[in-house]
Amino acid sequence: MSEFSAALRAVPPPFFVRLAALWRQWRAELFGTRLNAALTLGSLAFLAWAVPPVFRWAVLDATWTGTAETCAASDGACWAFIGEKLRFMAFGPYPAELRWQPALATTLLLALVVASCVPRLWGRALPPAWIAAIAAAVLLMAGGITAPSVPTGQWGGMPLTVLLCVAGLAGAFPLAVLLAIGRRSNMLVARVLATGFIEVVRGVPLIAVLYVATLMVPLMLPAGMMMDKLLRTQIAIILFAAAYMAEIIRAGLQSVPAGQYEAARALGLPFWPLMRLVVLPQALRTVIPSFVTLGIGILQDTTLVVVIGVFDFLNAARTAATDPDWLGFYDEAFIFAASVYFLLCFAASRYSLWLERRLQPGG
Amino acid sequence: MTLFHTLTRRARRVATIGAVALAAGILPPAPAHAGATLDAITARGVIKVGVGSQPGFFAPDSNGRWQGFFVDFGRALAIAVFNDPDKVEFTASSPQQRLSALQAGEFDILLSGVTETITRAFKLGFHFGPVVFYDGQGLLVPKALGVTKGSQLNGATVCVQTGTTGELNIADFFRQQKHTFKPVVIEDTAEFLKAFAAGRCDALTQDSSDLAIKRTQLPKPDDYVVLPERLSKEPLAPAIRSGDDRWLEIVNWTVYATIQAEEFGITKANIDSFLTSTDPNIRRFLGVDPGLGEATQLDPKFVYTIIKTLGNYGEIFERNVGKTTKVGFERGYNQIWTKGGLLYSPPFR
Repeated sequence: MSEFSAALRAVPPPFFVRLAALWRQWRAELFGTRLNAALTLGSLAFLAWAVPPVFRWAVLDATWTGTAETCAASDGACWAFIGEKLRFMAFGPYPAELRWQPALATTLLLALVVASCVPRLWGRALPPAWIAAIAAAVLLMAGGITAPSVPTGQWGGMPLTVLLCVAGLAGAFPLAVLLAIGRRSNMLVARVLATGFIEVVRGVPLIAVLYVATLMVPLMLPAGMMMDKLLRTQIAIILFAAAYMAEIIRAGLQSVPAGQYEAARALGLPFWPLMRLVVLPQALRTVIPSFVTLGIGILQDTTLVVVIGVFDFLNAARTAATDPDWLGFYDEAFIFAASVYFLLCFAASRYSLWLERRLQPGG
Repeated sequence: MTLFHTLTRRARRVATIGAVALAAGILPPAPAHAGATLDAITARGVIKVGVGSQPGFFAPDSNGRWQGFFVDFGRALAIAVFNDPDKVEFTASSPQQRLSALQAGEFDILLSGVTETITRAFKLGFHFGPVVFYDGQGLLVPKALGVTKGSQLNGATVCVQTGTTGELNIADFFRQQKHTFKPVVIEDTAEFLKAFAAGRCDALTQDSSDLAIKRTQLPKPDDYVVLPERLSKEPLAPAIRSGDDRWLEIVNWTVYATIQAEEFGITKANIDSFLTSTDPNIRRFLGVDPGLGEATQLDPKFVYTIIKTLGNYGEIFERNVGKTTKVGFERGYNQIWTKGGLLYSPPFR
């Protein structure tokens, strides 16, 4: 009996039976109640209304190759514009013949990020690798080895977006650890300073921080001292990210049971080794998914640098549509930029979900 | 907080040093000012120019190289100072931020279509070079509205861009006529037009030069019309921080050189034939006869190099925003005085 039924279960049900089961399930979900039925019909009507015109614009009537004149002749999207402007959107006003430098720098930074996502590679080598990779990326962008160096005012596009985001997060991390520890310290000065910094920075929008960095900092610097605008922008992003990251790390510190601290102290570990060897590894591990979420947020926040005239990827895409030869293809530019940001963020969020499952206790 | 009770002596010391360093970093150092603009330019080896984002006036091409009407004047300045049109760095700046950025020293000069006004000169402490583009604020309306002049727009909704003089002018315009209007204030250039095309406002107001470009970008340009009246005078001029007279003179005479060249009929193509001219004014102007070099302490042939590289005012205008381009402007007021325009250069002597 049991052998027979097991054999029966092992045979997959015929295709139409599975289809019928699926249909029953769908019908229950989509039309189970009156409300659900109404919602389903409403959604279908909306899609029938919205999708065909968009599809016609984006695919059927679209111009895939040619010039602005070819595009003007048709009503559809002008993807030829993206083809023509792809390099400008990717690299901004960076000198055309040297674009391999930022391309290599970006590859390096992205490789670093991807490598850091593999739990097997988490270890001592990672922090020096980050420092080395970011330094190499900056040197590559600045050039000056084989060709004239490129001033930071000409850096732009995806390499700049990636650099601002990756260096922003990397620079924020050590600061955030100190801030988180400082906020939980029982030394009054450290606690007040850390808490004050975190609350002030979290209390103002990034745009305000960027304005302070670009407009007010130069006036405060001592006479004759100049500080590169991009560097000021980068520092602003680091400080901004650090405040948010500190709160994430503080949550991680709180999740480490008191017994861990006490046991480490019973072994005679001084404060910093206690933190480095016992507490932080456990605290950070639990908050990695939150780090990924913060990373997505910072990646999107880097687009705000448009207000201070820095050519990040989004600003480069927008500016591409102001070329008199290719005037006004803003829709195409923004759709393209949105797709690229979506791909990056979607990949990061899927990774975060995967990691969360993997890091579950006993998982 | 029992966890942190037993901080070691060393940890306390490290933390205190860190706290002091942090505090020192937060306190602003004594305010100070950089040296004169031109000294900074010479030391740096490159002129920093703030530009805007408007087709024909300033936009990077597919290779990332800046092109446009104002951009060419930036290159002309680089020739005057360094004898090299590429010793100039362009930075895009938004209308809300450009004036503060100039004050903060982010640029040496703002060539982004700033309107010269008395308050900007007195209160903000800016100097303006010669007007390079005479503009005026206009109104763009759909023909379907049946309006032929601005005074018929009582109660209308008007789209206006933030941070421009246009925002103030439109308010004055309606107040003068004791009419009311509803402003829809929008920051982004692209979004601005979208809002108008979507019918969020009855009229769109901006410098009329810009309106002409905007109209061509609308889905059905022929359904819209730029009303003939001008609400304001918008003389667009280069702006610099005050306190560097020599830099101001270089800006002035660089612009004048392009205007004077057009008056003489000197172009990029025919300039070499003028080198043998017998007219002493032209010989001095192009640096064939000495005089200007000693007076200006610039390269004696800086005018020659500017015209040879970029052309005269008319050529710069036509190449970037003239009738043959998509922007398609008439010269209008931006014509030399001998042909009925407002462009007039003092003598090069």
